Amino acid sequence: MTDPTLSGPGSRALEGSPEQIAGELRLERQTDEGAQELRRTKEVVLAGGPWPELDDQDSTMLINMGPQHPSTHGVLRIMLELDSEVVIQAKPVVGYLHTGMEKTGEELTYVQGATNVTRMDYASPLSNELVFSLAVENLLGVEVPPRAMWMRMMLVELNRISSHLLFQATNGMDLGAVSMMLYGWREREEVLRFLERVTGLRMNHNFIRPGGLAADLTDGWQEDVLNVCDLVEEGVQDYDDLLSGNPIWLERTVGIGKITTEQALALGATGPILRSTGFAWDLRKSQPYLPYDEVDFDVIYTTNGDVFDRYRIRLYEILESVKIVRQCVDRMPLGDYRVQDLKVTPPPRARIDESMEALIHHFKLFTEGFKVPPGETYVAVESPRGEIGCYLVSDGSGKPVRLHIRGPSFYNLQSMAPMMEGSMVADGVAIISSVDPIMGEVDR
Amino acid sequence: MSALLRGPLAVDPLFLGGIDWTVFLIVVVKTIVVFALLLLSVLFYIWFLRKVIADMQNRVGPNNAGKFGILQTLADGIKLFFKEQSIPDGAEKPIFRLAPYLALIPAFIAFSIVPIGGVVTVAGHVTYVQLVDVPIGILVLLAMSGVGLYGVMLAGWSSGSKYPLLGSVRASAQLLSYEAAFGLSILAVLIQSGTLSTRAIVQHQVWSGGVVAGAQWHGWSTLGQWFIVATPIAFVIFLVSAIAETNHPPFDLVEAEQELVGGFLTEYTGIRFAIFFLAEFMNVITMSAIAVTLFLGGPAGPGLGFLARNGWVNAWIVPVFWFMAKLLLLLFGTVWIRASVPRLRYDQLMNFGWKYLIELAFLWLMVTAVIRVADDQQWDFVNGNRGLTIFVVTVAAGVGAALVYGVLMLCIPRGDELASIEEWD
Repeated sequence: MTDPTLSGPGSRALEGSPEQIAGELRLERQTDEGAQELRRTKEVVLAGGPWPELDDQDSTMLINMGPQHPSTHGVLRIMLELDSEVVIQAKPVVGYLHTGMEKTGEELTYVQGATNVTRMDYASPLSNELVFSLAVENLLGVEVPPRAMWMRMMLVELNRISSHLLFQATNGMDLGAVSMMLYGWREREEVLRFLERVTGLRMNHNFIRPGGLAADLTDGWQEDVLNVCDLVEEGVQDYDDLLSGNPIWLERTVGIGKITTEQALALGATGPILRSTGFAWDLRKSQPYLPYDEVDFDVIYTTNGDVFDRYRIRLYEILESVKIVRQCVDRMPLGDYRVQDLKVTPPPRARIDESMEALIHHFKLFTEGFKVPPGETYVAVESPRGEIGCYLVSDGSGKPVRLHIRGPSFYNLQSMAPMMEGSMVADGVAIISSVDPIMGEVDR
Repeated sequence: MSALLRGPLAVDPLFLGGIDWTVFLIVVVKTIVVFALLLLSVLFYIWFLRKVIADMQNRVGPNNAGKFGILQTLADGIKLFFKEQSIPDGAEKPIFRLAPYLALIPAFIAFSIVPIGGVVTVAGHVTYVQLVDVPIGILVLLAMSGVGLYGVMLAGWSSGSKYPLLGSVRASAQLLSYEAAFGLSILAVLIQSGTLSTRAIVQHQVWSGGVVAGAQWHGWSTLGQWFIVATPIAFVIFLVSAIAETNHPPFDLVEAEQELVGGFLTEYTGIRFAIFFLAEFMNVITMSAIAVTLFLGGPAGPGLGFLARNGWVNAWIVPVFWFMAKLLLLLFGTVWIRASVPRLRYDQLMNFGWKYLIELAFLWLMVTAVIRVADDQQWDFVNGNRGLTIFVVTVAAGVGAALVYGVLMLCIPRGDELASIEEWD
């Protein structure tokens, strides 16, 4: 199947489609007085050249925050022009973690591809694997069995929980609430422990593969998952008690790093940043891909677009994900965890000893991979950070001609500059943290 | 009745009989003991801090060096001592080298005025368990915390680097601002006690009618005379501004790791880095000890009634025990705060200091002064009853101060108003 449209598998338009709203907003923006202002900020953000119009007087100071800085989440570099502690201009500079994963992906077979992409957004590796696998399956035209879909959904939601817990931890730490860091990691560790039990690895699982999953769930997984869900719910209650009402926390987050829907859309920001501006855009609802249309959950959105809202959205999204995971436990169908297509799926280990064909299939699959019909596709799913997309072009061989990942962190980073301008250095740290960038995904 | 007459004058009885070699030796030994005690308490405090925070954060904390990891700080200190020290090319080298000592020495000196125990007899000489009881007492503390500021400020400035510079700008502004509220809260105590001497302030809190030779023995009856009861708001202001003075969370903006990398410490390595930390933790201990002295009765507390009043247990052990117990309580409080609150922003810190804390401290000082005057002048205009008059004056002064504070708070421009004022400028 060579479907070149920009839709995910099983996509359907919701009533009152957010795309229409987005279109209207874009039209509005062109006639808006604020458009001039926005264009200026866009120039600042997107210009790759030298620093624009630096003030020669001694009143401002140029300072490099990062790439070695405790709170730039890895190797993000932000050039700040400061007037005492007030940020006049901010310019994110990326490229310090460049790994060439997209180019590497063109040298790897589709079987090996998942191992490659899983290392991009290392805080939610399963989303990367999922979007890659969905793209490959889209080109192959295979439909994975229901159990595989539900397993994928459960694992990705668990991964969303662990990623948001990591955000809660680092967000607290960046604002000086160091205990929060350890509380967040405490619950995250429980989630990762379950993922390790199922996939064999804490991170970079390589578990969701084109055609299904690597293995079935382990015995007694229901109890483990429910146990994790209980712990996470308790933890979220703790964080809420610790931070949400704390006057210092509110002083530091409410009204800080504000961004409007127009700005967020113009800069391509998705995920919690877009939802914090009052735009309830979540691909799980608007373009359901796995059986997301069969489970009951809410898209959390707020209207202030500040750091506190982004904190709150992620806090409540954890609870929504727990809700989905519980439904997955209840409704997990029986059946196969991968598609029974011998050209795509490796034979079971026991068959290799008995059957010459199985051995040949196994050998061929793991040396030159399977062939994918020529065509191109774009598939997008909702990762914890926003829309993660995979653009895949095949020429009919065993390796993709072009692999491009639309990493949400990369686009979200752009929204950082307009948020930061006019705030203080300490707010800048809160803003970086609330954008929650994963640099591995930015510099693919 | 002047408050000055209540206690003995602030002179250590050690020097009353002239100074000979024994007296000199006693002073030397006292100096060494206080020095060692302060160093050991820093070692202990850092271990205590790490253990308690670890417990609050579901961790184990240091547990390898020594029993329960108690030697961890020592190991860290030794490691830092033998590390290479680097000085950036852009640094002002002499000042860069000098700055750690400007922070350390005042921290040591400030602790010397703290009364640790009662009155003891050593080799026939009666003396205080306190390094020195200077008549200007508490002013030494204010002076030393002012000098200590130079260490932090010059360290940041001389590093020749941007983050330390921002850190030292923050430090100067923060410490200067909170010095005001800090001084005003101390003044409230000084008005009560009528003396600057720390020993006399302690004795004022345990005074029970006659001249008490030392602080060592008295019952629970003097508990109500602790200045925490007389000036509770000054105690709160003192704690808040002392936390800010010592750069302790949530006011640790000076070295805010997530914002300024290491603040003024960024370019420091090895033992110089360790000295800054030593000074910082010493300041926390000193401030807590001063809080104990000013508000919690210092080393005073009930003795062991079944033993001789002036026996060695009641003279040596009990006061030191009470002092340490109160100190530990306050230190635990600082650790608890450290573990539980996020950090304030720089402008919020200044707002809080200048717009809320200083006004509150000033008004509380005036209320205290009014009560003090009513007491000293023996006012009795309400039915000729002194007790009732003081009660009425207290209530009136309190209500008046609350009203003034309310009006002041309403006058503070905030948000939009502030922006319009700035535009108008």
